[in-house]
This record gives sequence, C-alpha cells and structure tokens, in this order.
Amino acid sequence: MSVLTNNLDLFLRAFGQTLQLFAISGVLSLLLGTLLAALRVSPVPVFRAVGAAYVTVLRNTPLTLVFVFFLFGYPLLEIVKIEPYTAAVVALSLYTAAFVCEVVRSGINTVPVGQAEASRALGLTFVQMLGNVVLPQALRSVVPPMTSTMIALLKNTTVASGFAVFQAGTIRDSLSEQGENVLLGLLWVAIGFVILVMPLTYVQQTFEKRWSVAR
Amino acid sequence: MTAASAPPMIRMAGVDKFFGPLHVLKNVQLEVPKGQVVVVLGPSGSGKSTLCRTINRLEPIDSGVIEVDGQPLPAEGKELARLRADVGMVFQSFNLFAHKTIVENVMLAPTKVRKIPAAEARKTAMELLERVGIANQADKFPAQLSGGQQQRVAIARSLAMKPKVMLFDEPTSALDPEMVQEVLDVMTSLAKEGMTMLVVTHEMGFARKAADRVIFMADGEVVEDSTPEEFFSAPKSNRAKDFLGKILTH
Ligand SMILES: Nc1ncnc2c1ncn2[C@@H]1O[C@H](COP(=O)(O)OP(=O)(O)OP(=O)(O)O)[C@@H](O)[C@H]1O
Ligand SMILES: [Mg+2]
Repeated sequence: MSVLTNNLDLFLRAFGQTLQLFAISGVLSLLLGTLLAALRVSPVPVFRAVGAAYVTVLRNTPLTLVFVFFLFGYPLLEIVKIEPYTAAVVALSLYTAAFVCEVVRSGINTVPVGQAEASRALGLTFVQMLGNVVLPQALRSVVPPMTSTMIALLKNTTVASGFAVFQAGTIRDSLSEQGENVLLGLLWVAIGFVILVMPLTYVQQTFEKRWSVAR
Repeated sequence: MTAASAPPMIRMAGVDKFFGPLHVLKNVQLEVPKGQVVVVLGPSGSGKSTLCRTINRLEPIDSGVIEVDGQPLPAEGKELARLRADVGMVFQSFNLFAHKTIVENVMLAPTKVRKIPAAEARKTAMELLERVGIANQADKFPAQLSGGQQQRVAIARSLAMKPKVMLFDEPTSALDPEMVQEVLDVMTSLAKEGMTMLVVTHEMGFARKAADRVIFMADGEVVEDSTPEEFFSAPKSNRAKDFLGKILTH
C-alpha cells in the first residue's frame, strides 16, 4: 500500500494523462473510423478502395511501428512539427480508427437492406440514409465489440511509454528511479486500469439495455 | 387534366434488364397516364418486382428509356434522389425504420429531403396517420405494431412526400389474411382520389374494384394489357388463362 500512498501524486498525474490520451484518441478514432466505414460502403469505387487500403495498412501494422513512424519518421519529413504527446494521440487515433471502421462496417451489415432501399425510395441521399437510418441502427448492434475496441485503446495508451510520453505505463520507470518496489507498483497500475475499464463496461450495459427496449 | 399534350406519368420504352445471364425484362413498353391505377399480375419470377423497382431506379436497366412525368431517370446522385422523392414506394416487407417511432418514420423524409420544419412535418404526419387509422400508435416503434398497421404506416410515410405516383410491390403478401383488407381499403381510397398507382398484387378483388387497367407479365414480357373486365372474363393468351385458372381455383 505504501507504494501507492507514497506516490499518490505520481499515480494520479500518470493516470490523468492516460485518461486524457484515451479520451482524445477515443473520440477521434470513433469519428474517423465511422467516416472510413462510410467510405467502405459508399457507391463510389474510389472511396471504397481508399477505405479498404487504410484498414489493411493500419490494422496490419504493429502499434509500436505506428508510434515509431509518428515520433521518429514523421519529424524527418519536416512538414509540421508535433510534440511527442500529439504524436501519440495521432498514432493511437489512426491505429484504432481502422478497428472502429471494421466494427462499424460489421454493424452496417446487420442492418436489413430494406432499410436502405426504403430510404432511397423516399429520396434520401446516400449521406442522409447513412446518417439517419443505417448508422444509428448499425451502432446499436455493435456496442459490445465497440466497447472492446475502446478497452484495447485504453490499454494501448501504455505503448506511449517507449516514446517518453508520460502516462500510467511510465509509472514503473519513475518508481524504479526512486527505488520503490516496482512489482507492487505494477500491481497498482493494473488495478488502476481495471478501475478505468469499469465505467466503460457500465456504459456498454446502459446502451445495450436502452437500445434493446427501443426495438 | 387528360390533355393530350401532358406526358404520361410513367413511360417505359424498349426496357431490357438482365441479372447476369437471366433476361428479366424483355423489351417492355408501358405508358401509365396521370391518375390511372394499373395492376400488374403474373406468375412468380415473371419480373413484376423488377419492373416496379426499375421505375425509381432501385434497379438500373440495361437498355431502353424510363421517364417519370416526362423526365428521364437520371443517374445515381442528387438528381435521382429528387426524382425518387416524387415517387412513392410501398414494399412487401414494409421496411419501416426500426429505430424510429411511427410518427418519426413519417416525418423523416419530409424534414430531411423537403426541409419542412419539424412542427409542420409532425402535424402533416399526424393527419396522415389519422387517415390510415393509426394516429393512436404514433409514439410506438414499428415492431410493436401488427403487419397490417405497419403497412398502413408505410403508405402514410410515402404519402408524406406528396408523391406524383405510387408503386406497390405486393403490399399485402406478407400479411395475415385478416389484415389484408385494412391495407386494401387505404389503397382503394387513394385510387378513388386520383392517385396514379402501379400495383403488383395477387388480390383479384382489388384489381377488379380499383384498377383501370391490368398488365399481365410472363417471363419478363408484358403479355396482356387490358381492362380488368376484359382480362378476367376473356383473357387472350394461354398463359393468362393458365394463370387465372390456377389462382381462381383456390
Ligand atoms: N437481385 C437479383 N439477382 C439475381 N436475380 C434476381 C434478382 N432479383 C430477381 N432476380 C430474378 O429475376 C427474376 C424476376 O424476379 P422478380 O422478383 O422481378 O419476379 P416477380 O414477378 O416479382 O416474382 P414474385 O411473384 O415471386 O415476387 C426471377 O427469376 C428472380 O429469381
Ligand atoms: Mg416480386
């Protein structure tokens, strides 16, 4: 316990950073992933190809390599300078978006084709159909896998440790510098993650309950 | 309104449609003047649904011309969406939006496509629901309604766009027998009000009572095109005789 109480400030700041990384990357990846899914089901072949290529590349690249690119490779291109923290957000968002895209797309596939046909027959454009009819139903059916994707993102934030971005994954290094018991410290880190995941599970259950009634 | 210069509401000329090697519509010629009610009959697989779906381009055709109110069907895009807004369509499986309440189902297209303010769209929606006899279910979800009720909502949803013409693809085929009449009643009243309608149905009662004209299809071809009286009392082709023999004996 003393590992925790002696370093409470460290733990709180680190988990605060983790939470922030997660929240920003979570929102960005949900938006980008949904947009990618829209591209992948669009009637325009070029859009579909772009969406498919994105998913293939990002989903098959280890996250660490995505980080390496944005922290070390991208600066060499000398386009716009980005801080390591921003680079971490970008890497996490782009990487997770590929998974969000596939989850959303699987949800779109569960929506009966008649829903889209009725929308088109009424004069809705592709974007109106997606936004008002197909996506709302698709997202309802993917709450569990989407929660899993978000939990994976939460844990993936620790990959930033290898790139000097301070967050819960770097607590270990700070503790070992101070000569604290690292293993005990790691146990507390794990408990911290469990505590962070719990609200996500709660959110999942709430959505599942709400949306199971409305059908 | 029957001025000779007015274009027909629907005009199909030399329409061919293939599904892979399958020739589903063969050189179809069809003109439906404004206000006419046309019933399309034919055995299963004869291309009735396909015919219906080509008129608002849910199925694109391979050759020929289709015009709605004098306007050729545009390619997929905003133009086509605008044209579809004027062509109502009622499906065999209702296809109500499962995540929206009944009144929201009816309001969606008017607010999104016609940009009508929500309050006004709701008022019109409630009037239409009143008309089809489901105003008291307005806040329920589609799954909570019977098939007949859902189909009446689907008709109201189409009417909310103030269409020039309505297409029905076997609107009562998925219904329990006791619910067929309530839907046919709504359709009959629409027909009486002068709505231009193309109706694929096996309901001979409706064809006799409400149709101005009967089209009989077989193997992708329009085989007969006559009045209901003529068709039912004196079908010309053997295929039509055969078809009528089968459906009238049970
Ligand atoms: N999307 C499709 N892909 C391939 N073949 C199709 C498709 N839709 C219909 N067909 C085929 O085209 C032919 C005509 O089908 P259509 O649904 O228009 O017939 P129908 O007259 O409406 O029949 P039913 O009375 O059974 O509804 C059938 O042989 C059918 O199997
Ligand atoms: Mg059919």
